[in-house]
Amino acid sequence: MTDTAWIDAALTSARPQAVGALLRYFRDLDTAEEAFQNACLRALKSWPQNGPPRDAAAWLIMVGRNAAIDEVRRGRKQQPLPEDDQAISDLDDAEEQLAERLDGSHYRDDILRLLFICCHPELPATQQIALALRIVSGLTVKQIARAFLVSEAAMEQRITRAKARVADADVPFETPGAVERSERLLAVAAMIYLIFNEGYSASGDTVEIRKPLCEEAIRLARLLLRLFPSEPEIMGLMALLLLQHARAAARFDAEGALVLLDDQDRGLWNQTMIAEGLALIDKAMRHRASGPYQIQAAIAALHCRAEKPEDTDWKQIDLLYGALEIMQPSPVVTLNRAVAVSKVRGAEAALEMIEPLAPRLSNYFHFFGVRGAFLMQLGRNEEARVAFDRAIALANTSAEAAHIRMHLDRLMRDSKPNGKKAGK
Amino acid sequence: MLYAILCYHDEDLVGSWSKEQDAAVMKKLAVVQEKLAKEGRLGPVARLLPTTAATTLRKDDPPLVLDGPYAETKEQLLGFYLVDCKNLDEAVDVARDLGAANPGGAYEIRPVGLFVPGSART
Repeated sequence: MTDTAWIDAALTSARPQAVGALLRYFRDLDTAEEAFQNACLRALKSWPQNGPPRDAAAWLIMVGRNAAIDEVRRGRKQQPLPEDDQAISDLDDAEEQLAERLDGSHYRDDILRLLFICCHPELPATQQIALALRIVSGLTVKQIARAFLVSEAAMEQRITRAKARVADADVPFETPGAVERSERLLAVAAMIYLIFNEGYSASGDTVEIRKPLCEEAIRLARLLLRLFPSEPEIMGLMALLLLQHARAAARFDAEGALVLLDDQDRGLWNQTMIAEGLALIDKAMRHRASGPYQIQAAIAALHCRAEKPEDTDWKQIDLLYGALEIMQPSPVVTLNRAVAVSKVRGAEAALEMIEPLAPRLSNYFHFFGVRGAFLMQLGRNEEARVAFDRAIALANTSAEAAHIRMHLDRLMRDSKPNGKKAGK
Repeated sequence: MLYAILCYHDEDLVGSWSKEQDAAVMKKLAVVQEKLAKEGRLGPVARLLPTTAATTLRKDDPPLVLDGPYAETKEQLLGFYLVDCKNLDEAVDVARDLGAANPGGAYEIRPVGLFVPGSART
């Protein structure tokens, strides 16, 4: 690894802690970010010569803080101070240890606060995500714009707006109590899941561009889990992200078309990620404190554990979706459950289950896709064709539409040769 | 004599490596391992999953199961090698070679007292 690559990785990994601590000192996001940027610039100058510090985050906090304070002083005196690179190289072990002591105790809440301010309830989801990727992950505006498929200027504006809102809002700087801490934790978990889904819901032609969003979400979830190692829901979140992302390489074919779970080449699944996800689910289950992330992860785990599609334990998946329905009632959860039901009890029962959802899902692509598939299984081809047509009209991406067209083609093929009465 | 070479590194940092960086390090390490394997000196090698996947059993009475690694340290145990070496000097040389391929962090070199090859299928 080259020197600069090593330094880049070190700066990235130290960033949440360093910016979090600087935010606590200065209570202002822009000042904290600027201080961190200054510290990074000095690191790039000093580390290749003097070698990396033992504790990169502590070094960056100390240097960033000093630089920002100097800046304030400089402004006050209206005259430049002598170059202060000397002061930096003087940063000896004793100071480093002091910095670490200062920050070690706050470390957890600093990072949580930094993540939490990105989840401000007044910020729309897209702004929350953009802000977190910019502030916590340190992606450049250009990188974020690319992942969101918008122009750099538009993204710049989105982030500036989000920052202004956060600056106006009351950011809580005092150490949170237990209840508040757990509320923050859940808000942050939801935001991380949003980042992941932003990448995961990409279509075939953009999946490579958007994949970094999934990877970044996994990194943030790992960070959160290291801060709160005994929270089963955070283990569940981490497991869910890993188990879903493990299938990334198999989810699209060479033409960029979506490949359904049953048709995926399971040899392409990432076994290391699956192993880690399964380990986390095992750990979480021992706490006997179930939650939506754990259940969704458990469902993903059952898919990953099946070596062949027909080995999938659909009965268990049906039960898990049942539990999720009670915890988080939503027509989409019921729709997912119906797929499991169709495997266990047949398409008739599944169709019956989703009929009541129609009014609430009348504009939902997947509803018509799933409905069409059930109807097709029952040989009600004309109705299936109507459902598929509706699905294509509602498709969000070309990959989704192409996938349904595949069903339609199969329908045509099946109904033509033997001329069943269901065909026209 | 068998030596264990225990690999410690900041896992946040290792986790921040890009896929390409990670692959490059693993490739360099493979060269060192291959050399040892050819000489018949390489024992089991393991790269451990992140400490977030770790569970600790405190052997109290009754035993206590805790989430996370045994020790909260700045650098974490991320993997290990077992290598057959004539003496400590040789073991340090192996660690140096591995370290050149994968800088940063530390290796703890520990002579092995009892080694059971085991029968786990891998």
